[in-house]
Amino acid sequence: MKKRSDDSPEGVSRRHFLKGAGAAAAVVTVAKIPSVTEASQEVSDDPVIVGPGSISIRLKINGEIREVEAPPSTTLLDLLREHHAMTGTKRVCDRGSCGACTVLLDGRTIDSCSMLAIDAVGREVTTVEGIGTPENLTDLQKAFVEKDALQCGFCTPGMVVSCTALLNQNPTPDRDQIRQGIAGNICRCGTYQNIIEAVEHASRKGGK
Amino acid sequence: MSDTVHADDEEGPVTSDQLRLIGTPFRRVDGRAKVTGQTRFADDLSFPRMVHMKLVRSTVPHAKIVSIDTSKASAMPGVVGLLTGDSMPDPFGILPVSQDEHALCIDKVRFVGDPVVAVAALTEDQAHEAALAVEVEYQSLETIATVEEAIATPEPRIHEYGDEGNLHKKLSMEFGDVDAGFEEADQIFEDVMYFEGNTPLPMEQHATVALTEETDRITVYSSTQTPHYLHRSLAKVLGLPAARIRVIACPNGGGFGGKSDPFNHEICAAKMALALGRPVKICLTREEVFYCHRGRHPVLMKIRTGVKKDGTLTAQHLQTALDGGAYGSYGVASTYYTGALQTVTYDLPKYRFESIRAFTNKAPCGPKRGHGTPQPRFAFEVHLDKIAHQLGIDPAALRMQQLVKPDSITSNWLKVGSMGLGKCIEAVVEGSGWHQRHGKMPEGRGLGLACGSYLSGAGLPIYWNHMPQSGVQLKLDRSGGVALFCGETEIGQGSDSVIAAITAEILGIDLKDIRLCVADTDLTPVDLGSYSSRVTLMAGNAAIEAAERARTLVARGAARKLDVPARELVFADGRVFHGENPDHGISFQEAVVEAESRFGTLGTTGSYTPPRSPGRYRGAGVGPSPAYSYSAAVVEAEVDRETGIYRIEHVWMAHDVGKCINPAMVMGQIEGSVYMGLGEAMMEEQVYRRLPKKRSDALVHKHPSMLEYKSLTFAEMPPVTSYIIEDPDPNGPFGAKEVGQGPLLPMMPAVANAIFDAVGVRIDQVPIAPHMVKQAIEAKEKGKPGRFGPKSFPEIDFGVPLLVPTPAEGGDGKAINIEDAGVRDGTGTMTERKDAVKGDN
Repeated sequence: MKKRSDDSPEGVSRRHFLKGAGAAAAVVTVAKIPSVTEASQEVSDDPVIVGPGSISIRLKINGEIREVEAPPSTTLLDLLREHHAMTGTKRVCDRGSCGACTVLLDGRTIDSCSMLAIDAVGREVTTVEGIGTPENLTDLQKAFVEKDALQCGFCTPGMVVSCTALLNQNPTPDRDQIRQGIAGNICRCGTYQNIIEAVEHASRKGGK
Repeated sequence: MSDTVHADDEEGPVTSDQLRLIGTPFRRVDGRAKVTGQTRFADDLSFPRMVHMKLVRSTVPHAKIVSIDTSKASAMPGVVGLLTGDSMPDPFGILPVSQDEHALCIDKVRFVGDPVVAVAALTEDQAHEAALAVEVEYQSLETIATVEEAIATPEPRIHEYGDEGNLHKKLSMEFGDVDAGFEEADQIFEDVMYFEGNTPLPMEQHATVALTEETDRITVYSSTQTPHYLHRSLAKVLGLPAARIRVIACPNGGGFGGKSDPFNHEICAAKMALALGRPVKICLTREEVFYCHRGRHPVLMKIRTGVKKDGTLTAQHLQTALDGGAYGSYGVASTYYTGALQTVTYDLPKYRFESIRAFTNKAPCGPKRGHGTPQPRFAFEVHLDKIAHQLGIDPAALRMQQLVKPDSITSNWLKVGSMGLGKCIEAVVEGSGWHQRHGKMPEGRGLGLACGSYLSGAGLPIYWNHMPQSGVQLKLDRSGGVALFCGETEIGQGSDSVIAAITAEILGIDLKDIRLCVADTDLTPVDLGSYSSRVTLMAGNAAIEAAERARTLVARGAARKLDVPARELVFADGRVFHGENPDHGISFQEAVVEAESRFGTLGTTGSYTPPRSPGRYRGAGVGPSPAYSYSAAVVEAEVDRETGIYRIEHVWMAHDVGKCINPAMVMGQIEGSVYMGLGEAMMEEQVYRRLPKKRSDALVHKHPSMLEYKSLTFAEMPPVTSYIIEDPDPNGPFGAKEVGQGPLLPMMPAVANAIFDAVGVRIDQVPIAPHMVKQAIEAKEKGKPGRFGPKSFPEIDFGVPLLVPTPAEGGDGKAINIEDAGVRDGTGTMTERKDAVKGDN
């Protein structure tokens, strides 16, 4: 891990920490990921060092295979936003405490700000863009609009993804299960009550 | 416009007497884009050749800048530009009297987080690395961490202006003969209370993208609540004519007052874009958002009230001390606001208000939701609960018996219009089962009641002028669509939906037929911004005027075609038809074609300027509003005596919104205010860590992260029962008043009052932590006062109060001792106005 530099105005930043930690993780895991082209050349137990320069990262996002050159230290969130221009997923706390960057990984919710993109190789990534479009809203998204379950809309993509995952796992959650299921998502406009109603509404309609 | 027609040129058409959209829970216009992640916030924008910027921020709280070395940074990979403060020497700030910020600090830094250098590089990571390589040498100055320290340490001054030493603002005013008021009282109650600071913490970090489109022109996209004020500050600091600067406010991912100031990063991005000739983006980190702050001022308060045996208030003396942080921001206004609205809820015949705002070496405080009024409201409503308890009067009854009357003028010369507080109290008393349950529940369970009031926009603009505070322009053409141009900014409160709905209602068309173009200083008429709950009332009234003028034009076109007098036409359901014979009509589009054929290109404008307030004394500019909203809350709390841990079980909130434009969105604002108020009552605090003075000058934010800055989640948010009270105000569009801020105010005192009802102890400060409840319970068990809170208010010489006789005393709204009270050097409304008139900012 990179040492703290005394002239740093912000001390050890998360970006630095991640960079260090990310590189370490890459050493251990990258060799086994065939779709990282540089790494796939060599399949052995010896660690392979990738980065800090860009490598090719190939991911399945919303059902499509997408490939882009990026440093292996890139988080999944930054890869989506900066490299694929998929800006629906939001950067808010940038350290896994608010849920605004939630995406689905093989159907389960994860904070994309706190995961390296290379760790998502070989798995299915679903973002808010893959859930519904303005012309073709899912029942849950319709319920969000109908129940006024949003105000500023900045937590909303993460909320929609988390609620979608909840309904996938449990199509008929009760109020406590809804609260538990999406408690990791913060909303500063205070739309919690309406979000719970939207999830219930979508659940009653049997949709998600 | 080839033929300017005003509504009064010819008798206009009638609107349908039945409202079709206003008052219904229509879906917000930005809902679909937001649930699909399609809304483009500032950080979502990207342009070819765009570079990324980072700010090097001060690591010390108060210091002279000795040297700045950017040589290492400039040699780093990808670095394309560096800026230091000397390139932007002109100061800026939101208020004309507090032009005390620099885009980058020049000679000294005033808090940890103050920006010193801006670095641009090809990627965000490169900019970050380069920022770390900038070396700044500081020479520390004495750290001033609290109001008490600011009073005791006039030197070194954090700023070279202000009323004295490190006191930014000092004021004293007296409405009526307060001593006589206290003499009338049977009993005098006194409390000292404290309201800790907290921060707006919008989900969206502040982000800005600046680009030079053409020669000598710059466009700035930003997450700002106030594009107009940013526009003015950019013109001032960049030294460019305002006409060559375009500010576009993107939809804000939450504001809550935290994006109401022009910010240094916005100006730096513009300067950097001009220097490089390429687009520049900056998106703050979450940590930096805590340094932008502009949140709730920490306020220590002493409240003293004279009361008759029957509970009638005879006089009040309120003293407040605000910890302002390192810059002026809205602080002068905030200072006045900690006293101005004490008079609009219950009759307060005599009132003295004294206040100071101190500069300290912390992130600057500002106008968070409620702007300066939640702190004294907390003090007042807890104080009233104590008075009621002592006198053996029901707290609801105590309030009901002395409500301010509608259409009256308060002792400090605020004009109150519609006043629905009584109905609000009745609603929550009934809903919560107050009479059956208050004071009668098992130990550990309690109900607390509190009220509040807020402005529907400030009566005066921030800089002195006689121009409209809001404008709307409509463009109609043969397509049948209506383009609506307005400077208002959507920050989540639903302002886009409100002005679109008002326009659609008057023109009788579908919301989908309105194309919104908002918050663009090149294209849209000026609206002062989304602050002080002003948009529904002000932009709404401007929209009404513009839409009525458009309706008149279209009606005159249709009248000829239909051979019906224009005044007999009705606009509804996308048609224009004869009121007496609805089948005789044409579509709105056909009617527009007729009007365009007759008058040429069609366009109308509308604008709004608030009525003049009756107050004529120095300081009378803060507090007036075209209309005041009212709220009342009952909170039910469950308190564990052993640990002091409490839960809020239920909230009943009634809000007098005048007239609902959209009940679903009004409910959303009520619940959002309840949420944020509960956060302030229970956990939210922007606090600092300091080592003992002799060991270190350090003063750092305790927890600039979303994990440690606690706010309510799904798990803590209690059920909320909302009541919408409609008491239409003649100044509001369709009678509407504000709802975005008012319902926050009763929450903090209602929680404190509920805890008292549950376990019999008083917590005279917020946020209320369990250990405070526990300590108060333990103190009470030992026979000491069952209270947790501040012990005393500092001795402060507030100077000779400005004496203003009240309306009841036959006053005329003017002060009677201007000479004695003096116009202080530094700040003061007289100088404010003079400066504002002669200066351009």
